[in-house]
Amino acid sequence: MVSAKELVKTYGEKKEVVAVDHVSFSVKEAEIFGLIGPDGAGKTSIFRMLTTLLLPDSGSATVEGFDVVRDYKSIRNTVGYMPGKFSLYQDLSVEENLDFFATVFETTVQENYDLIEDIYVQLEPFKKRRAGKLSGGMKQKLALCCALIHKPTVLFLDEPTTGVDPVSRREFWEMLKRLQKQGITILVSTPYMDEANLCDRIALIQNGKILSIDTPQNISAAFPDKLFAVKARQMSMLLKELSRFDKAKASYSFGEYAHVVTGAGESNDQGEFEKDLKNYLHDKSLENVEVKAIKASVEDCFIKLLK
Amino acid sequence: MPEVVIQTDKLTKRFGDFTAVDEMTFEVFKGEIFGFLGANGAGKTTAMRMLTGLSNPTSGKATVAGFDVYKKSENIKKNIGYMSQKFSLYEDLTIMENLQFFGGIYGLSGEQIQNRSKTLIEELGLQKQANKLVKDLPLGWKQKLAFSVAIFHDPKIVFLDEPTGGVDPAARRQVWDLIYAAADKGITVFVTTHYMDEAEYCNRICIMVDGKIAALDAPGELKKKYKVQTMDEVFYELARGAKRNE
Repeated sequence: MVSAKELVKTYGEKKEVVAVDHVSFSVKEAEIFGLIGPDGAGKTSIFRMLTTLLLPDSGSATVEGFDVVRDYKSIRNTVGYMPGKFSLYQDLSVEENLDFFATVFETTVQENYDLIEDIYVQLEPFKKRRAGKLSGGMKQKLALCCALIHKPTVLFLDEPTTGVDPVSRREFWEMLKRLQKQGITILVSTPYMDEANLCDRIALIQNGKILSIDTPQNISAAFPDKLFAVKARQMSMLLKELSRFDKAKASYSFGEYAHVVTGAGESNDQGEFEKDLKNYLHDKSLENVEVKAIKASVEDCFIKLLK
Repeated sequence: MPEVVIQTDKLTKRFGDFTAVDEMTFEVFKGEIFGFLGANGAGKTTAMRMLTGLSNPTSGKATVAGFDVYKKSENIKKNIGYMSQKFSLYEDLTIMENLQFFGGIYGLSGEQIQNRSKTLIEELGLQKQANKLVKDLPLGWKQKLAFSVAIFHDPKIVFLDEPTGGVDPAARRQVWDLIYAAADKGITVFVTTHYMDEAEYCNRICIMVDGKIAALDAPGELKKKYKVQTMDEVFYELARGAKRNE
């Protein structure tokens, strides 16, 4: 259980940088809640306030019923925090790091081993290796073990998959799903829009403000316009011509397709727009044109909200 | 035949008994957007360091922009641009100062710097910000500017190491618009990314697994070959069998 009400955090002598701007949300028990947004959106500041590492300028928040300012000591025993930047002791070995964090929280690795077993078995062959010498993927796994070793009920993971390749990202999310099954509440931030669908609920965030909060499915379903995926042999030319198509409200690249959003003044007649679009592209001598109506993804919604 | 701007033949780099890059052979053509993918630790960074003249290969051959990587690494550096997610511009210099600095480093004349800066700032619509410190720009703008600076001296090839990491989805696409435009002008783009949708924007993709080239083809061909719908699945098919992890 996490609840934030009107959290504000500013930086600078004159408080001129508003990093977190009246942010409110709540996270249920054993839920995976994602903060989705680019660098500088305020994700880290929110996490640092909720983990009692930073004081809010105003607003309030509780974690497991404890107030982030008044009950900071209780929160520190309750939560696990994995910062975005690797923060373990580089000169200690894998097992020394784990022992250290267990000891700080007055527990032992043995006592809570069942919680980390799945992850730790992958690290075990390297347990004598210094943390600084581990690969990116292994460092991330060790950091997760260290954040879990005191058996927290709420886990804060700040961009755990940034710069991590797609295979390791997938594995990491499978680990999170297993932790969720053990009843742990997980708050995770990510700049990768495709990870939004792996969360139970998400908050889209930009410039310190929450743009939208809901399940990924509901956010996608609330996309107000009609959307088409378009493909042609000459993609670079297709994007240029689409940007000049005045019946479209917006167009942008999306993997192997370009996405086209229908204009506001257009009727809801999907077929007609599709016909106009096809004719227009045909006139511009684009070849192998493929047009299909599609449902919006979370990334389409984010792009829409940014405008 | 299109002009070849990067050519490698069994290019190899060993660190002690560890083979980071293992007999890599490929060609990149002029004006091509060449995607260079791989899991963490697959050897991408090591390969890039050899191709940019920063690290000598252990064995094999390579020429970049027509220059041999062993003997002419200084010529290579003059003929390429480089941009990464981590380092690109000096935060405590203004936009104009960065342009003057990088233009100067690459040996452009004062007049060239002035003319190109003017054009660039107009193209990017940064007239009002030209004398502001780079650190005060939003990240999306920084990355667009960083890319423009990387091709400011009109290099034959530009190397981009995760150019859009952490950038919002709208700005990410604007960076790619600039990349397309540079390729249209004949600049070859060699790019690494962890965003599989961006892999689709490349003419050809090279996927590295355990120091070796596991696949090299157009994204459409790769999807056909592995009978999957997305590049994400192609990557997963190839990289999940990887034995090493950096």
